[in-house]
Amino acid sequence: MSKTERETKADHIRHLLETEGPAVEANTLGFNQGRYDSVAGLEDYEQLKDEARTIKEGAIERLPELIEAVTETVEENGGTVYLAEDAADANRYIRDVASETDAERLVKSKSMTSEELEVNAALERDGVDVVETDLGEWVLQVAEEAPSHIVAPAIHKSREEIARLFNTQFDPAEPLETPEELTMFARERLGEQIADADIGMTGANFITADSGSLMLVTSEGNARKTAVVPDTHIAVAGVEKIVPTVEDLAPFIELIGRSGTGQDITAYVSLLTPPVDSPIVDPDDPESAFADRDDDREFHLVLIDNGRMAMREDDQLRETLYCIRCSACANTCANFQSVGGHAFGGETYTGGIATGWEAGVHGYDSAAEFNDLCTGCSRCVEACPVKIDIPWINTVVRDRLNHRGEASRFDFLSDELVPDEAATGTIDLQKRLFGNYETLAKLGSATAPLSNWVGGLEPVRSLAERFVGIDSRRPLPAFQRETLVDWFDDRGPQVSAADANHQVILYPDTYTNYVDVDRGKAAVRVLEALSVHVQIPSVPGTGRAPLSQGMIDTADAKASRVYAALAEHIDAGRDVVVIEPSDLAMFRGEYEKLLPERSFERLRDRSYEVLEYVYGCLENGADPAALRTDGPPIAYHAHCQQRTLGLDRYTRAVFDDLGYDVLESDVECCGMAGSFGYKSQYYELSMDVGDRLAEQFSTPEARERVVVASGTSCGDQLEDLLTRGSSHPVAVLDPNSRLPR
Amino acid sequence: MSVETATDRDRFEAALEDLGVPVTAADPATFDRTLQSIVDGPVVGTPLPFDGVCLPDWVAHEPTPATLETAVTGVTAASFAVADYGSVVLPSTPEGAEQVSLFCDLHVPVLRASDIVPDMPRAIERLGPTLRDGASAIIATGPSATADMGALVTGAHGPKDVHVVVLETTACSNATERGVDNE
Ligand code: SF4
Repeated sequence: MSKTERETKADHIRHLLETEGPAVEANTLGFNQGRYDSVAGLEDYEQLKDEARTIKEGAIERLPELIEAVTETVEENGGTVYLAEDAADANRYIRDVASETDAERLVKSKSMTSEELEVNAALERDGVDVVETDLGEWVLQVAEEAPSHIVAPAIHKSREEIARLFNTQFDPAEPLETPEELTMFARERLGEQIADADIGMTGANFITADSGSLMLVTSEGNARKTAVVPDTHIAVAGVEKIVPTVEDLAPFIELIGRSGTGQDITAYVSLLTPPVDSPIVDPDDPESAFADRDDDREFHLVLIDNGRMAMREDDQLRETLYCIRCSACANTCANFQSVGGHAFGGETYTGGIATGWEAGVHGYDSAAEFNDLCTGCSRCVEACPVKIDIPWINTVVRDRLNHRGEASRFDFLSDELVPDEAATGTIDLQKRLFGNYETLAKLGSATAPLSNWVGGLEPVRSLAERFVGIDSRRPLPAFQRETLVDWFDDRGPQVSAADANHQVILYPDTYTNYVDVDRGKAAVRVLEALSVHVQIPSVPGTGRAPLSQGMIDTADAKASRVYAALAEHIDAGRDVVVIEPSDLAMFRGEYEKLLPERSFERLRDRSYEVLEYVYGCLENGADPAALRTDGPPIAYHAHCQQRTLGLDRYTRAVFDDLGYDVLESDVECCGMAGSFGYKSQYYELSMDVGDRLAEQFSTPEARERVVVASGTSCGDQLEDLLTRGSSHPVAVLDPNSRLPR
Repeated sequence: MSVETATDRDRFEAALEDLGVPVTAADPATFDRTLQSIVDGPVVGTPLPFDGVCLPDWVAHEPTPATLETAVTGVTAASFAVADYGSVVLPSTPEGAEQVSLFCDLHVPVLRASDIVPDMPRAIERLGPTLRDGASAIIATGPSATADMGALVTGAHGPKDVHVVVLETTACSNATERGVDNE
């Protein structure tokens, strides 16, 4: 990405932060909190997600057979099925139906798949009046805008804007103002349009192969009207929507509303088996009783391939087809909460999983537009009702994009700076630089303090901004000349293996080893205070940095080297203790994809987050008095990936047990996310996300507290946002802690 | 069995209360009076397939597009209800139950007390054979709603209010057994 491209991106993001950000934020935070509250009331939540996942896996596996089955069932029921190869094919068929029925107006209920087809435009070219009946979609149709969210399409518009829009467009006798007035106005107007419509078009959340039924999840009731009022019903749906039986719907009915907008269930779950038994509502025959009618309804099911069958063959993208489009991954995403789908989205789809959908149905150019906005924080993973590894899909697509890029003009510069293991020569310079952070840190440490001094010079910062896009507003980390490994080599362990209750390898992650050496030293003292024998061998970086830039081969090579360095220790019964949560998350998560299964499992089972380990020692009888127990009141922010792994509770438990007064943040992510907040095109977004955290730590109740964060990025971000320093939990518990009381 | 049914009923009513949906019990003897106390304005309805109960004659029970248009209240039968969610399952019928349950400001679903199932898997189990037979149904929970206009508003395209009537009668009761409650 060139400097100009970065600036254009930054401008676009800034514009959205200012215009659409506030409405998007209020709505997504509401949905996200609603999800937490709603799933908390579900006893068998995890089991339901497993069931849902299993059903989707099975359905995609059997897809060709299910397409045949559903075709047969629908045709037996009296409907027609058309399997469309792509958007153009689908639109051709739909236009034919419209022309055969002499349709003048087609009413639609909300359907992302129809957006993917751009069927409205296709029909309008033929002179068909297309009317969206979902209130949000209708607002956008009137405003001529694109959806910014897959479930609540007009989430970016405030009530005031909608009122202004309606008052200008429709000039009502009394200006509209309140949500009730706006809703009733829309209902009335749309009701008339539906009454006169010739065709109703819906999507489908699910299609059952055994009965030929469509499941439609709505709360307004417009899909119900759309399907039953006109005599012709067209349903458009991706082929991935088919499940084998009606019974398979049960977990999805319980999960979809909860996961999306945080409702236990939406007002209407329609289970239509078209052509339906309901009579049509004929405005030209208002006096005939419904019961006396003998309607001949027409039903067309248009199943869309448009890249899906190829996704099914793609081992990495296949999971995308399990997506039920609930929107949880958008609502839970800190970047999405700030900027919404007009930045975090491609041609049709928005939010975390949009990368998979766009790559699959529209191609990699569309995915490239926003793929970088996924920082891999992983908060969406536990929110996804079908357990899709959404960050991994983003990583894979990023990797594929890296490998098709143009060779950088500045290769000479990057070759100097980063002996690139990926050696593709096509990766964006900014990505190569951040992906090779370990090399940079090594170099910076070896030449410190000169490197810090040079790195702090204004001309150097402005060059770095210009050529690599490192935002000069962001302070750079200061490298330490003496690394943690060197320090420990000189010092040696102070609890001998013979006296120890446990033996651990303290993993020297790149940041702790070269930058925040103090937190490493604090971790050593905390562990030794609990009678643990500590060693700190030189072990390479986990590969988190390259992975976050989509450099999977580089990360893969690093994983092998890390495992080689640790295997013997694991075999000797030593535990691996990790300070940086994003590195532990590699051991527990991504290494499954990078290492042989047994290697992955051995490392996973033997590695611990440092406070998790402290908690274990205390539970096993270690003396808590050996740690500092009279520390200050704390404002604590757990790391995003640490939370996804369920490890934040150990830090909380240790602080509680030791009598600390802790106030905890509840934001999903600090916004820094490794290198993300350093990139000039994303700096302002990163700060906007961080503001939500900063606000929580600036309240009267929080503002005097010592700021504590488990992640490097979170700590840096908090220091940039607040005028206070931040510490890692081990620095609080360190018997030598210098923090105030 | 009867204990379990009573529990499901309690849970159903508690769920309705959370949704802000009133529920009134009636038996065949009190049905007309009860219904009268609930409805508003012109009333349309579709036939109730319950023994000993039928729509009072002040309800337009052969709805047409015209009567639907002017009606304020729609009365339809619910096939069954789901206790966990406070949902009623509304069948689509040739008489227009789908429309009557959807177009009026107030929808009054009428439900037999013995037709409350505890949870969603049980509901879907019951719906499986029906859908495979070609039928359609709506699982309706509370009134129609939207948040698209800046705040939660009920009555987006469907009813603004829902008022559930629970009929206390045995599945095979007849006029002589009126008012007998087996729970
Ligand atoms: S990926 Fe998962 S969380 Fe995201 S929309 Fe799809 S189903 Fe929902």
